[in-house]
Amino acid sequence: MQTDQHPKGDEQHYWLDDPKNVQRIMYFFYAGCVILLALDLVIHRHVLHSWENLLGFYPLYGFVGCVVLVLVATWMRTFLMRPENYYDDSGEAEKDV
Amino acid sequence: MWMLEIPPFVPFFIGALIAAFTRGKLRGVIMMLTPILGALHLWMVPEGIHLQFAFLGYELMPYRVDKLSLMFGYVFHIAAFIAVVYSLHVRDTVQQVAAMLYAGSGLGAVFAGDLLTLFVFWELLAFTSVFLIWARRTQRAYLVGMRYLIIQVLSGGILLVGALFYASENGSLAFGKIGLEGIAGWLIFIAFGIKCAFPIAHTWLTDAYPEATVTGTVFLSAITTKVAVYALARAYPGTELLVYIGVAMACFPIFFAVIENDLRRVLAYSLINQVGFMVVGIGIGTALAINGAVSHAFNDVIFKGLLFMTMGAVLHMTGRINGSELGGLYKTMPKTTVLCIVGAASISAFPLFSGFVSKSMVMSAALETGYDWIWLALLFASAGVFHHAGIKIPYFAFFAHDSGIRVSDPPTNMLLAMSIAAGLCIAIGIYPAALYSLLPYDTGYNPYDATHVLAQTQLLFFSALAFVWLNLRGLYPPELPSTNLDFDWFYRRFFPRVLQKLFAFIWNADRAVRQAFMVRLDLFLDYLSWKNDRLSGLLSRNHPAGSMVMWVAVILASYLLLSFMA
Repeated sequence: MQTDQHPKGDEQHYWLDDPKNVQRIMYFFYAGCVILLALDLVIHRHVLHSWENLLGFYPLYGFVGCVVLVLVATWMRTFLMRPENYYDDSGEAEKDV
Repeated sequence: MWMLEIPPFVPFFIGALIAAFTRGKLRGVIMMLTPILGALHLWMVPEGIHLQFAFLGYELMPYRVDKLSLMFGYVFHIAAFIAVVYSLHVRDTVQQVAAMLYAGSGLGAVFAGDLLTLFVFWELLAFTSVFLIWARRTQRAYLVGMRYLIIQVLSGGILLVGALFYASENGSLAFGKIGLEGIAGWLIFIAFGIKCAFPIAHTWLTDAYPEATVTGTVFLSAITTKVAVYALARAYPGTELLVYIGVAMACFPIFFAVIENDLRRVLAYSLINQVGFMVVGIGIGTALAINGAVSHAFNDVIFKGLLFMTMGAVLHMTGRINGSELGGLYKTMPKTTVLCIVGAASISAFPLFSGFVSKSMVMSAALETGYDWIWLALLFASAGVFHHAGIKIPYFAFFAHDSGIRVSDPPTNMLLAMSIAAGLCIAIGIYPAALYSLLPYDTGYNPYDATHVLAQTQLLFFSALAFVWLNLRGLYPPELPSTNLDFDWFYRRFFPRVLQKLFAFIWNADRAVRQAFMVRLDLFLDYLSWKNDRLSGLLSRNHPAGSMVMWVAVILASYLLLSFMA
């Protein structure tokens, strides 16, 4: 199904191909993070739970949560990962009918 | 009312019948008109019971309309329309007819007012949807479809037995609040749970959905699990067990999603994760929680459909779906990229996108009712869903390392369908009041206060920061061509292997026992003949048996003759 409808595509230069532009996006992103953290000090929250009052609770929880998620998932690979054709022992399942 | 009250599944079944006998553009027009006309009709139907009759002494209500069923009725029409537009290029009678019947069965199930009608549509859902998997026409899809069908039919069978117990316990088949009392309550709960992809029973979903056709998965993702969510909301609101089941559903799939390579399977895992939020909402059972569950189901149908459509478009155009083989597609598929990002933002519950206005209701309800740990776990699941569905899907398909694949955006009809879904995601996110007005309860909830918006945005931004950091440190697990074991390993490998071993053992033992017996028998016969031999002296000659038989016959014949003569 793979078609090469843009033969010129390879010569074309895309905006994201330039590492400088990627870096620029990342700077905007970091700035966003800092601003959001700073807003914690400014905005008065009406919270339902005492933990929500902690400075930077949500940012910290999101960051740590995701790091733990990825590390645990990576560790799970050690005992869950099998070759791609693990279930097709007979080799039949790959054949198209 | 000037119009006959036609049950909503009827137009779809008629549409399927006509689609079976038409071709080409005409079929496309009919398939598009069916959900439009059906939705217009449903919009004008007042609440109440519209069809009722007695059957074997039980009151059956095949068509009952209330706010809860209407929500699901509307969204199934929307989903059917979008999916039909998405599949307009398909020329496959089996698939198209099955899709219409499947959507009709879903509608039949949510408007069923009694358990028997529910059972009938429950089974129809299974039998019609399996063709959307088989339509892939590979040996693999055939086997997957078989496994899918067995589990779905099993769920239906348990539902039927549960319904019979319910009828004998209560003397009625009416489908209302059931609760976990008695054997009927548990059986029906298990039946719903299988279709709802409760943990352990979830593997049919992650097994089958990624193997269905490009367009079939869009239909599948919209209906089966949402029918189950509806059924749970109807029969088991406020059942505490559901809170714990739901939170497990919200949390465990995200680990699998992070390491899964097939991007449609990633979405299948995230589908379970989203259904987890709904199940928690149903389990909490307050007005706000039920509203949250129902509206999240509504939104999920649309944004999960959108994500499945964008990944379907990738599969359709490139013929690949594994994250390890994709990347850099934004260069030539810019529209699909943008639409995918809209879907990703919606499922991640970014403010101004649809997921935000519904998921936050469940979270608030969890806090209000004192489920602190559940709330924390859901918060983790929210960060996790952003991680795998919000970032991983668009990143590995459209950005990441350039795979060198250069394909254009998909055909116009696919783009149109995705645009409609994306438009709805944004519209609901910006103006949630329209969605809220359809909900079963009026709670006056407002998602857009500074606290919520800031908290959610912080959570998401720093989850993204974690992704960036892990990537820069090289800690992020690369996409690898692999199969990850899940619970289906037990019935696809473990039990077959164990049974194989067991039978091999039984056969061997059986053979050994027979052989030992034969040896003994031989020895015994030898012994007998040897003993006989010793007797064969002059007075005990061996006479052949034949001659003995002849002489017995002669004696008997003589007796006979004598008795006649006497």
